[in-house]
Amino acid sequence: MDVSVVTESLDQYLAGLWLTLHLVTLSCAIGLAAAIPLAVARVSRSLVVRGPVAAYTWFFRGTPMLVQLLLIYYGLGQFPWMQAQWAAGHPVWSLFREPYFCALLAFALNTCAYTIEIVAGAIRNVPHGELEAAKAVGMSRFVMVRRILLPSALRRAIPAYSNEVILMLQGSSIASAVTLVDLTGAARNIYSKHFAPFEAFVFAGLIYLVLTFALVWLFQRAEKRWLAHLRAQELAKAPQ
Amino acid sequence: MFHGYLPTILGGAALTLELALLSLLFALVAGLAGASAKLSKSAPLRWTATVYTTVVRGVPDLVMMLLVFYGGQMLVNHVTEALDLGYFDLNPMVAGVLTIGFIFGAYFAETFRGAFLAVPKGQLEAGAAYGMTRWQVFARILFPQMLRHALPGLGNNWLVLLKSTAIVSMIGLSDMTWLADQAGRTTREPFLFYLLVCALYLVMTTASSWLLARLERRYSAGVRAAEL
Repeated sequence: MDVSVVTESLDQYLAGLWLTLHLVTLSCAIGLAAAIPLAVARVSRSLVVRGPVAAYTWFFRGTPMLVQLLLIYYGLGQFPWMQAQWAAGHPVWSLFREPYFCALLAFALNTCAYTIEIVAGAIRNVPHGELEAAKAVGMSRFVMVRRILLPSALRRAIPAYSNEVILMLQGSSIASAVTLVDLTGAARNIYSKHFAPFEAFVFAGLIYLVLTFALVWLFQRAEKRWLAHLRAQELAKAPQ
Repeated sequence: MFHGYLPTILGGAALTLELALLSLLFALVAGLAGASAKLSKSAPLRWTATVYTTVVRGVPDLVMMLLVFYGGQMLVNHVTEALDLGYFDLNPMVAGVLTIGFIFGAYFAETFRGAFLAVPKGQLEAGAAYGMTRWQVFARILFPQMLRHALPGLGNNWLVLLKSTAIVSMIGLSDMTWLADQAGRTTREPFLFYLLVCALYLVMTTASSWLLARLERRYSAGVRAAEL
Protein backbone atom coordinates (compact mmCIF):
# COMPACT_ATOMS: atom_id res chain seq x y z
CA MET A 1 0.00 0.00 0.00
CA ASP A 2 1.27 3.40 -0.97
CA VAL A 3 -0.49 6.06 1.10
CA SER A 4 0.91 8.91 -0.99
CA VAL A 5 -1.42 7.88 -3.83
CA VAL A 6 -4.32 8.86 -1.59
CA THR A 7 -2.81 11.93 0.07
CA GLU A 8 -1.75 13.34 -3.31
CA SER A 9 -5.27 12.96 -4.71
CA LEU A 10 -7.32 14.18 -1.76
CA ASP A 11 -8.71 17.16 -3.68
CA GLN A 12 -9.95 14.83 -6.44
CA TYR A 13 -11.69 12.62 -3.88
CA LEU A 14 -13.25 15.67 -2.27
CA ALA A 15 -14.58 16.98 -5.57
CA GLY A 16 -16.00 13.53 -6.33
CA LEU A 17 -17.55 13.27 -2.88
CA TRP A 18 -19.19 16.66 -3.36
CA LEU A 19 -20.78 15.52 -6.65
CA THR A 20 -21.97 12.24 -5.09
CA LEU A 21 -23.60 14.07 -2.17
CA HIS A 22 -25.16 16.55 -4.56
CA LEU A 23 -26.66 13.89 -6.80
CA VAL A 24 -27.94 11.70 -3.97
CA THR A 25 -29.45 14.53 -1.89
CA LEU A 26 -31.18 16.21 -4.82
CA SER A 27 -32.49 13.02 -6.42
CA CYS A 28 -33.81 11.71 -3.08
CA ALA A 29 -35.49 15.05 -2.32
CA ILE A 30 -37.14 15.23 -5.76
CA GLY A 31 -38.04 11.53 -5.67
CA LEU A 32 -39.64 11.76 -2.22
CA ALA A 33 -41.59 14.92 -3.03
CA ALA A 34 -43.04 13.33 -6.17
CA ALA A 35 -43.61 9.96 -4.51
CA ILE A 36 -45.99 11.19 -1.79
CA PRO A 37 -48.91 12.26 -4.04
CA LEU A 38 -48.20 9.36 -6.42
CA ALA A 39 -48.36 6.88 -3.52
CA VAL A 40 -51.83 8.18 -2.65
CA ALA A 41 -52.76 7.60 -6.31
CA ARG A 42 -51.17 4.13 -6.17
CA VAL A 43 -53.64 2.98 -3.47
CA SER A 44 -56.65 4.55 -5.20
CA ARG A 45 -59.64 2.30 -5.86
CA SER A 46 -59.95 3.61 -9.42
CA LEU A 47 -57.92 1.67 -11.98
CA VAL A 48 -57.51 4.77 -14.16
CA VAL A 49 -55.68 6.52 -11.30
CA ARG A 50 -53.82 3.49 -9.95
CA GLY A 51 -52.88 1.87 -13.30
CA PRO A 52 -50.40 4.40 -14.74
CA VAL A 53 -48.57 4.70 -11.40
CA ALA A 54 -48.37 0.92 -11.12
CA ALA A 55 -46.97 0.68 -14.67
CA TYR A 56 -44.36 3.35 -13.86
CA THR A 57 -43.14 1.60 -10.70
CA TRP A 58 -43.18 -1.78 -12.49
CA PHE A 59 -40.86 -0.47 -15.22
CA PHE A 60 -38.43 1.39 -12.97
CA ARG A 61 -38.25 -1.31 -10.28
CA GLY A 62 -37.93 -4.09 -12.84
CA THR A 63 -34.95 -2.75 -14.78
CA PRO A 64 -31.40 -1.82 -13.67
CA MET A 65 -30.78 1.85 -12.91
CA LEU A 66 -27.65 1.70 -15.11
CA VAL A 67 -29.75 0.82 -18.17
CA GLN A 68 -32.25 3.57 -17.30
CA LEU A 69 -29.39 6.06 -17.15
CA LEU A 70 -27.93 4.90 -20.47
CA LEU A 71 -31.39 4.99 -22.05
CA ILE A 72 -31.79 8.65 -21.09
CA TYR A 73 -28.27 9.93 -21.72
CA TYR A 74 -27.19 7.98 -24.82
CA GLY A 75 -30.59 6.82 -26.03
CA LEU A 76 -32.53 10.04 -26.55
CA GLY A 77 -29.99 11.40 -29.04
CA GLN A 78 -31.23 8.78 -31.49
CA PHE A 79 -34.33 10.80 -32.37
CA PRO A 80 -33.97 13.39 -35.16
CA TRP A 81 -36.55 15.56 -33.40
CA MET A 82 -34.35 15.71 -30.30
CA GLN A 83 -31.28 16.46 -32.43
CA ALA A 84 -33.18 19.34 -34.07
CA GLN A 85 -34.02 20.77 -30.63
CA TRP A 86 -30.37 20.56 -29.65
CA ALA A 87 -29.28 22.25 -32.87
CA ALA A 88 -31.81 25.02 -32.22
CA GLY A 89 -30.49 25.40 -28.67
CA HIS A 90 -33.85 24.76 -26.98
CA PRO A 91 -33.38 25.64 -23.29
CA VAL A 92 -35.21 22.58 -21.87
CA TRP A 93 -34.38 19.81 -24.33
CA SER A 94 -30.72 20.82 -24.42
CA LEU A 95 -30.54 19.72 -20.78
CA PHE A 96 -30.70 16.13 -22.03
CA ARG A 97 -27.18 16.52 -23.42
CA GLU A 98 -25.84 17.25 -19.93
CA PRO A 99 -24.60 14.14 -18.09
CA TYR A 100 -25.35 15.77 -14.72
CA PHE A 101 -28.98 16.47 -15.63
CA CYS A 102 -29.46 12.99 -17.10
CA ALA A 103 -28.00 11.31 -14.02
CA LEU A 104 -30.16 13.41 -11.71
CA LEU A 105 -33.26 12.60 -13.78
CA ALA A 106 -32.54 8.86 -13.93
CA PHE A 107 -31.76 8.68 -10.19
CA ALA A 108 -34.84 10.71 -9.23
CA LEU A 109 -37.16 8.63 -11.45
CA ASN A 110 -35.70 5.44 -10.02
CA THR A 111 -35.83 6.34 -6.34
CA CYS A 112 -39.31 7.85 -6.82
CA ALA A 113 -40.61 4.48 -8.08
CA TYR A 114 -39.23 2.61 -5.06
CA THR A 115 -40.43 5.32 -2.66
CA ILE A 116 -43.96 5.17 -4.09
CA GLU A 117 -44.18 1.47 -3.26
CA ILE A 118 -42.71 2.01 0.23
CA VAL A 119 -45.17 4.82 1.05
CA ALA A 120 -48.08 2.97 -0.57
CA GLY A 121 -47.28 -0.08 1.57
CA ALA A 122 -47.25 2.12 4.67
CA ILE A 123 -50.57 3.70 3.69
CA ARG A 124 -52.16 0.24 3.37
CA ASN A 125 -50.90 -0.54 6.89
CA VAL A 126 -52.39 2.52 8.56
CA PRO A 127 -54.78 1.18 11.22
CA HIS A 128 -58.33 1.35 10.02
CA GLY A 129 -59.52 2.88 13.28
CA GLU A 130 -57.46 6.03 12.69
CA LEU A 131 -59.33 6.70 9.44
CA GLU A 132 -62.71 5.84 10.95
CA ALA A 133 -62.05 8.28 13.77
CA ALA A 134 -61.19 10.96 11.21
CA LYS A 135 -64.44 10.32 9.35
CA ALA A 136 -66.36 10.30 12.62
CA VAL A 137 -65.18 13.79 13.51
CA GLY A 138 -66.37 14.90 10.07
CA MET A 139 -63.11 15.45 8.18
CA SER A 140 -63.31 15.74 4.41
CA ARG A 141 -61.26 13.24 2.36
CA PHE A 142 -58.53 15.78 1.66
CA VAL A 143 -58.21 16.84 5.28
CA MET A 144 -58.16 13.19 6.35
CA VAL A 145 -55.32 12.38 3.93
CA ARG A 146 -53.33 15.44 4.97
CA ARG A 147 -53.83 15.28 8.73
CA ILE A 148 -54.23 11.59 9.51
CA LEU A 149 -53.27 9.24 6.67
CA LEU A 150 -50.00 10.78 5.48
CA PRO A 151 -48.47 11.68 8.88
CA SER A 152 -49.22 8.18 10.13
CA ALA A 153 -47.99 6.42 6.96
CA LEU A 154 -44.86 8.50 6.45
CA ARG A 155 -43.69 7.81 10.00
CA ARG A 156 -44.15 4.09 9.51
CA ALA A 157 -42.28 4.28 6.21
CA ILE A 158 -39.07 5.63 7.81
CA PRO A 159 -37.31 2.27 8.38
CA ALA A 160 -37.90 1.06 4.81
CA TYR A 161 -37.10 4.48 3.38
CA SER A 162 -33.74 4.57 5.16
CA ASN A 163 -32.76 1.44 3.22
CA GLU A 164 -33.81 3.09 -0.02
CA VAL A 165 -31.64 6.16 0.65
CA ILE A 166 -28.64 3.95 1.45
CA LEU A 167 -29.22 1.98 -1.76
CA MET A 168 -29.37 5.27 -3.69
CA LEU A 169 -26.04 6.36 -2.21
CA GLN A 170 -24.47 3.12 -3.40
CA GLY A 171 -26.35 3.09 -6.68
CA SER A 172 -25.13 6.59 -7.50
CA SER A 173 -21.68 5.11 -8.16
CA ILE A 174 -22.82 4.31 -11.72
CA ALA A 175 -22.73 8.06 -12.52
CA SER A 176 -19.24 7.45 -13.85
CA ALA A 177 -20.81 5.51 -16.74
CA VAL A 178 -21.90 8.82 -18.26
CA THR A 179 -18.53 10.60 -17.83
CA LEU A 180 -19.40 12.20 -14.46
CA VAL A 181 -16.55 12.27 -11.95
CA ASP A 182 -18.34 11.33 -8.73
CA LEU A 183 -16.57 9.59 -5.85
CA THR A 184 -16.27 6.35 -7.84
CA GLY A 185 -15.30 8.26 -10.98
CA ALA A 186 -12.54 10.02 -9.03
CA ALA A 187 -11.28 6.66 -7.75
CA ARG A 188 -11.22 5.33 -11.33
CA ASN A 189 -9.20 8.34 -12.51
CA ILE A 190 -6.77 7.99 -9.62
CA TYR A 191 -6.43 4.28 -10.37
CA SER A 192 -5.56 4.85 -14.01
CA LYS A 193 -3.11 7.66 -13.19
CA HIS A 194 -1.14 5.76 -10.53
CA PHE A 195 -2.05 2.19 -11.52
CA ALA A 196 -2.76 1.52 -7.84
CA PRO A 197 -6.13 -0.29 -7.65
CA PHE A 198 -6.02 -1.12 -3.93
CA GLU A 199 -5.24 2.38 -2.70
CA ALA A 200 -7.65 4.08 -5.09
CA PHE A 201 -10.70 1.88 -4.56
CA VAL A 202 -10.25 0.96 -0.89
CA PHE A 203 -10.11 4.62 0.09
CA ALA A 204 -13.25 5.39 -1.94
CA GLY A 205 -14.94 2.38 -0.34
CA LEU A 206 -14.05 3.70 3.12
CA ILE A 207 -15.64 7.07 2.36
CA TYR A 208 -18.84 5.32 1.20
CA LEU A 209 -18.78 3.23 4.38
CA VAL A 210 -18.53 6.34 6.55
CA LEU A 211 -21.38 7.98 4.59
CA THR A 212 -23.51 4.86 5.07
CA PHE A 213 -22.88 4.88 8.83
CA ALA A 214 -23.79 8.56 8.95
CA LEU A 215 -27.08 7.85 7.15
CA VAL A 216 -27.88 4.94 9.46
CA TRP A 217 -27.24 7.17 12.48
CA LEU A 218 -29.39 9.98 11.07
CA PHE A 219 -32.30 7.66 10.36
CA GLN A 220 -32.04 6.08 13.81
CA ARG A 221 -32.46 9.54 15.28
CA ALA A 222 -35.40 10.19 12.97
CA GLU A 223 -37.04 6.94 14.08
CA LYS A 224 -36.52 7.82 17.72
CA ARG A 225 -38.17 11.17 17.17
CA TRP A 226 -41.08 10.20 14.94
CA LEU A 227 -41.74 6.59 15.86
CA ALA A 228 -41.50 7.00 19.63
CA HIS A 229 -45.23 6.27 20.01
CA LEU A 230 -44.85 2.84 18.36
CA ARG A 231 -41.90 1.75 20.48
CA ALA A 232 -44.04 1.12 23.53
CA GLN A 233 -46.20 -1.34 21.55
CA GLU A 234 -43.14 -3.18 20.31
CA LEU A 235 -41.73 -3.51 23.80
CA ALA A 236 -45.05 -4.87 25.03
CA LYS A 237 -45.16 -7.41 22.19
CA ALA A 238 -41.56 -8.61 22.61
CA PRO A 239 -41.19 -12.03 24.23
CA GLN A 240 -40.35 -11.73 27.89
CA MET B 1 -36.24 -4.00 -36.80
CA PHE B 2 -33.11 -4.80 -34.81
CA HIS B 3 -30.82 -4.88 -37.87
CA GLY B 4 -30.03 -8.54 -37.26
CA TYR B 5 -28.74 -7.87 -33.73
CA LEU B 6 -31.59 -9.66 -31.98
CA PRO B 7 -29.86 -13.08 -31.73
CA THR B 8 -26.69 -11.40 -30.39
CA ILE B 9 -28.60 -9.54 -27.68
CA LEU B 10 -30.55 -12.68 -26.77
CA GLY B 11 -27.20 -14.46 -26.42
CA GLY B 12 -26.17 -11.64 -24.09
CA ALA B 13 -29.36 -12.16 -22.11
CA ALA B 14 -28.40 -15.82 -21.66
CA LEU B 15 -24.98 -14.70 -20.40
CA THR B 16 -26.64 -12.26 -17.99
CA LEU B 17 -28.84 -15.04 -16.66
CA GLU B 18 -25.85 -17.37 -16.34
CA LEU B 19 -23.91 -14.71 -14.44
CA ALA B 20 -26.88 -14.11 -12.14
CA LEU B 21 -27.45 -17.80 -11.41
CA LEU B 22 -23.77 -18.53 -10.75
CA SER B 23 -23.58 -15.50 -8.46
CA LEU B 24 -26.74 -16.66 -6.69
CA LEU B 25 -25.20 -20.08 -6.06
CA PHE B 26 -22.05 -18.52 -4.64
CA ALA B 27 -24.08 -16.03 -2.59
CA LEU B 28 -26.25 -18.79 -1.09
CA VAL B 29 -23.15 -20.68 0.07
CA ALA B 30 -21.55 -17.49 1.42
CA GLY B 31 -24.84 -16.52 3.06
CA LEU B 32 -25.28 -19.86 4.82
CA ALA B 33 -21.68 -19.73 6.01
CA GLY B 34 -22.13 -16.13 7.16
CA ALA B 35 -25.35 -16.91 9.03
CA SER B 36 -23.77 -19.93 10.72
CA ALA B 37 -20.80 -17.82 11.75
CA LYS B 38 -23.11 -15.11 13.11
CA LEU B 39 -24.98 -17.67 15.20
CA SER B 40 -21.86 -19.54 16.29
CA LYS B 41 -20.61 -19.73 19.87
CA SER B 42 -17.13 -18.63 18.86
CA ALA B 43 -16.64 -14.89 19.30
CA PRO B 44 -13.97 -14.44 16.57
CA LEU B 45 -16.25 -16.14 14.03
CA ARG B 46 -19.18 -13.92 15.01
CA TRP B 47 -16.98 -10.88 14.83
CA THR B 48 -15.63 -11.74 11.38
CA ALA B 49 -19.14 -12.34 10.06
CA THR B 50 -20.34 -9.01 11.46
CA VAL B 51 -17.47 -7.14 9.82
CA TYR B 52 -18.24 -8.96 6.54
CA THR B 53 -21.93 -8.08 6.50
CA THR B 54 -21.39 -4.50 7.67
CA VAL B 55 -18.57 -3.58 5.29
CA VAL B 56 -20.12 -5.22 2.23
CA ARG B 57 -23.44 -3.48 2.72
CA GLY B 58 -21.76 -0.10 3.13
CA VAL B 59 -19.67 -0.11 -0.08
CA PRO B 60 -21.18 0.21 -3.60
CA ASP B 61 -21.08 -2.94 -5.71
CA LEU B 62 -19.35 -1.09 -8.55
CA VAL B 63 -16.47 0.03 -6.31
CA MET B 64 -16.04 -3.51 -5.03
CA MET B 65 -16.17 -4.89 -8.54
CA LEU B 66 -13.50 -2.48 -9.78
CA LEU B 67 -11.37 -3.44 -6.79
CA VAL B 68 -11.73 -7.16 -7.49
CA PHE B 69 -11.25 -6.79 -11.26
CA TYR B 70 -8.23 -4.46 -11.30
CA GLY B 71 -6.80 -5.31 -7.89
CA GLY B 72 -7.39 -9.03 -8.38
CA GLN B 73 -5.60 -8.92 -11.73
CA MET B 74 -2.62 -7.27 -10.04
CA LEU B 75 -2.56 -9.91 -7.30
CA VAL B 76 -2.79 -12.69 -9.90
CA ASN B 77 0.10 -11.11 -11.82
CA HIS B 78 2.25 -11.00 -8.67
CA VAL B 79 1.49 -14.65 -7.95
CA THR B 80 2.14 -15.87 -11.50
CA GLU B 81 5.38 -13.86 -11.65
CA ALA B 82 6.57 -15.24 -8.32
CA LEU B 83 5.78 -18.79 -9.39
CA ASP B 84 7.19 -18.20 -12.88
CA LEU B 85 3.90 -19.12 -14.56
CA GLY B 86 2.51 -17.62 -17.76
CA TYR B 87 0.23 -14.59 -17.91
CA PHE B 88 -3.20 -15.36 -16.53
CA ASP B 89 -6.10 -13.14 -17.48
CA LEU B 90 -8.74 -12.57 -14.78
CA ASN B 91 -11.83 -12.41 -16.96
CA PRO B 92 -14.82 -10.15 -16.21
CA MET B 93 -17.15 -13.15 -15.79
CA VAL B 94 -15.06 -14.58 -12.92
CA ALA B 95 -14.66 -11.15 -11.34
CA GLY B 96 -18.39 -10.54 -11.71
CA VAL B 97 -19.49 -13.84 -10.15
CA LEU B 98 -17.00 -13.47 -7.29
CA THR B 99 -17.98 -9.89 -6.51
CA ILE B 100 -21.75 -10.23 -6.86
CA GLY B 101 -21.72 -13.53 -4.97
CA PHE B 102 -19.60 -12.04 -2.19
CA ILE B 103 -21.82 -8.95 -1.90
CA PHE B 104 -25.14 -10.77 -1.89
CA GLY B 105 -23.74 -13.39 0.47
CA ALA B 106 -23.74 -10.62 3.08
CA TYR B 107 -27.43 -9.83 2.45
CA PHE B 108 -28.32 -13.53 2.45
CA ALA B 109 -26.44 -14.03 5.72
CA GLU B 110 -28.82 -11.57 7.41
CA THR B 111 -31.86 -13.23 5.85
CA PHE B 112 -30.74 -16.73 6.86
CA ARG B 113 -29.84 -15.63 10.37
CA GLY B 114 -33.31 -14.28 10.97
CA ALA B 115 -34.89 -17.38 9.42
CA PHE B 116 -32.84 -19.78 11.56
CA LEU B 117 -33.90 -17.88 14.67
CA ALA B 118 -37.56 -18.07 13.61
CA VAL B 119 -37.66 -21.87 13.92
CA PRO B 120 -38.93 -22.76 17.42
CA LYS B 121 -36.19 -24.22 19.61
CA GLY B 122 -38.50 -26.91 20.99
CA GLN B 123 -38.63 -28.58 17.58
CA LEU B 124 -34.85 -28.95 17.49
CA GLU B 125 -34.91 -30.35 21.03
CA ALA B 126 -37.64 -32.78 20.00
CA GLY B 127 -35.44 -33.92 17.11
CA ALA B 128 -32.52 -34.47 19.45
CA ALA B 129 -34.80 -36.33 21.87
CA TYR B 130 -35.71 -38.73 19.05
CA GLY B 131 -32.03 -39.57 18.76
CA MET B 132 -31.36 -37.68 15.52
CA THR B 133 -27.79 -36.58 14.90
CA ARG B 134 -27.01 -32.87 14.64
CA TRP B 135 -26.90 -33.18 10.84
CA GLN B 136 -30.26 -34.97 10.73
CA VAL B 137 -31.84 -32.26 12.88
CA PHE B 138 -30.44 -29.66 10.50
CA ALA B 139 -31.50 -31.42 7.29
CA ARG B 140 -34.91 -32.68 8.40
CA ILE B 141 -36.17 -30.02 10.80
CA LEU B 142 -34.20 -26.79 10.80
CA PHE B 143 -33.48 -26.32 7.08
CA PRO B 144 -36.95 -27.00 5.58
CA GLN B 145 -38.66 -24.71 8.09
CA MET B 146 -35.98 -22.07 7.89
CA LEU B 147 -36.53 -21.90 4.13
CA ARG B 148 -40.11 -20.78 4.56
CA HIS B 149 -39.06 -17.83 6.69
CA ALA B 150 -36.13 -17.03 4.39
CA LEU B 151 -38.02 -17.14 1.07
CA PRO B 152 -39.45 -13.59 1.04
CA GLY B 153 -36.03 -12.11 1.87
CA LEU B 154 -34.25 -14.37 -0.62
CA GLY B 155 -36.75 -13.41 -3.31
CA ASN B 156 -36.22 -9.68 -2.83
CA ASN B 157 -32.47 -10.09 -2.83
CA TRP B 158 -32.58 -12.21 -5.99
CA LEU B 159 -34.42 -9.42 -7.81
CA VAL B 160 -31.79 -6.90 -6.68
CA LEU B 161 -29.00 -9.31 -7.66
CA LEU B 162 -30.48 -9.84 -11.12
CA LYS B 163 -30.51 -6.10 -11.79
CA SER B 164 -27.03 -5.54 -10.40
CA THR B 165 -25.60 -7.82 -13.12
CA ALA B 166 -25.87 -4.85 -15.50
CA ILE B 167 -22.88 -3.14 -13.89
CA VAL B 168 -20.60 -6.00 -14.93
CA SER B 169 -20.83 -4.45 -18.41
CA MET B 170 -18.76 -1.59 -16.95
CA ILE B 171 -15.76 -3.91 -16.56
CA GLY B 172 -16.24 -5.22 -20.09
CA LEU B 173 -18.26 -8.42 -19.77
CA SER B 174 -20.22 -8.84 -23.01
CA ASP B 175 -23.57 -9.19 -21.27
CA MET B 176 -26.74 -7.82 -22.86
CA THR B 177 -26.16 -4.27 -21.63
CA TRP B 178 -22.68 -4.17 -23.16
CA LEU B 179 -23.88 -5.73 -26.42
CA ALA B 180 -26.76 -3.23 -26.61
CA ASP B 181 -24.21 -0.45 -26.20
CA GLN B 182 -22.19 -1.81 -29.14
CA ALA B 183 -25.25 -2.39 -31.32
CA GLY B 184 -26.53 1.10 -30.49
CA ARG B 185 -23.26 2.71 -31.57
CA THR B 186 -23.06 0.79 -34.83
CA THR B 187 -26.67 1.31 -35.89
CA ARG B 188 -26.98 4.80 -34.30
CA GLU B 189 -30.16 3.60 -32.63
CA PRO B 190 -29.10 3.33 -28.97
CA PHE B 191 -32.58 4.02 -27.59
CA LEU B 192 -34.03 1.02 -29.40
CA PHE B 193 -31.40 -1.36 -28.04
CA TYR B 194 -31.44 -0.08 -24.47
CA LEU B 195 -35.21 -0.37 -24.53
CA LEU B 196 -34.84 -3.97 -25.70
CA VAL B 197 -32.54 -4.64 -22.73
CA CYS B 198 -35.13 -3.07 -20.42
CA ALA B 199 -37.79 -5.36 -21.87
CA LEU B 200 -35.59 -8.43 -21.37
CA TYR B 201 -34.86 -7.46 -17.75
CA LEU B 202 -38.59 -6.90 -17.19
CA VAL B 203 -39.34 -10.38 -18.52
CA MET B 204 -36.76 -11.86 -16.13
CA THR B 205 -37.84 -9.88 -13.06
CA THR B 206 -41.56 -10.35 -13.69
CA ALA B 207 -41.15 -14.09 -14.26
CA SER B 208 -39.04 -14.31 -11.08
CA SER B 209 -41.66 -12.51 -9.01
CA TRP B 210 -44.37 -14.84 -10.28
CA LEU B 211 -42.28 -17.94 -9.58
CA LEU B 212 -41.32 -16.71 -6.11
CA ALA B 213 -44.94 -16.06 -5.19
CA ARG B 214 -45.75 -19.67 -6.16
CA LEU B 215 -42.79 -21.03 -4.20
CA GLU B 216 -43.81 -19.04 -1.14
CA ARG B 217 -47.30 -20.45 -1.34
CA ARG B 218 -45.90 -23.97 -1.61
CA TYR B 219 -43.53 -23.61 1.33
CA SER B 220 -46.24 -22.01 3.46
CA ALA B 221 -48.65 -24.90 2.94
CA GLY B 222 -50.38 -25.58 6.23
CA VAL B 223 -49.55 -22.18 7.66
CA ARG B 224 -52.56 -19.97 8.22
CA ALA B 225 -51.99 -16.30 7.58
CA ALA B 226 -53.16 -13.89 10.24
CA GLU B 227 -56.40 -12.26 9.22
CA LEU B 228 -57.79 -9.10 10.65
